[in-house]
Amino acid sequence: MSKITSLSDLKKKRDEIKSGLEIREMATDPENHVQVKVAMATCGIAAGAKVIMDFFVEQLDRRNIDGVVTQTGCMGYCYAEPTIEVKLPGHDSVVFGGVDLKKADEIIEKYIKTGELVDGIIPVNYETIDSKE
Amino acid sequence: MKELSLNILDIVQNSIRAKAKQINIAIEESELRNSMVIVINDDGTGMSPEMLSNVTDPYTTSRTKRKVGLGLPFLKQHAEQAGGTVTIDSLEGKGTRVHASFVLNHFDRQPLGDISGVIKLLIMANPAIEFIYEHSTDKGEYRIDTKEIKEVLEVKSLTDNDLMKDIQNMILENLENIGVLD
Repeated sequence: MSKITSLSDLKKKRDEIKSGLEIREMATDPENHVQVKVAMATCGIAAGAKVIMDFFVEQLDRRNIDGVVTQTGCMGYCYAEPTIEVKLPGHDSVVFGGVDLKKADEIIEKYIKTGELVDGIIPVNYETIDSKE
Repeated sequence: MKELSLNILDIVQNSIRAKAKQINIAIEESELRNSMVIVINDDGTGMSPEMLSNVTDPYTTSRTKRKVGLGLPFLKQHAEQAGGTVTIDSLEGKGTRVHASFVLNHFDRQPLGDISGVIKLLIMANPAIEFIYEHSTDKGEYRIDTKEIKEVLEVKSLTDNDLMKDIQNMILENLENIGVLD
């Protein structure tokens, strides 16, 4: 494959594959997609959230899962970073903490693919010190 | 944080929380002047003068989930340990500009790291925000604008992973051409 160094190279390559492949655009109906939100504030980034986000983007694509990966701010669980929020279509969202690459793989294989819960869930009724006041 | 590109990712998060629609990231490296400058400019909600004067204090944060904010303090620490400074300008309703400088060959200046990966991630994860990324060295400069990319490619969003990988490779090729190494 020739190197892409300019927008016109990029356009050329896009046009070549456009006919055969559907290019995935922004989901217009996110409700029907798996939504993964990666907490990407200082605490998350310092704990490796970027690597986790790269992993989800790459692996959802590679494993043919229709999903949208976005970033979000601090969810208040700094002690459990990296944290991610996963929302399956028709389900309430679930927050997982302490997500390393192994856990991320487990979340995709078990929770996202089959709906089976895995360890590391942060209960929704958990309150931060601030919200108790 | 081990890389300046992660600091950039972190500071841009402030812009996103400030509801920016346009975020500009500019990096200037010069061996001749022995300097590195990172500027992040947004059109978000901006800060009041009181907030601005306290913003590099770790116990200042706009967040309600917890009482400390370490994004700008980290950047300030990293700049100052590498012989540089951080200045922040902000106008309520107009936006914020964060300017960080470093002595390029300072022993304690962290590497820039995976900047193309950070740019890719920011573009993909924030489809509603337009980004301009500029990088200059003594040899030349490179600039991408997500608005322009979308126009040229005739796509509505830049969320396709294969497309973004191509864009990242395009960025890498061009950065190499102007001598960005780390």
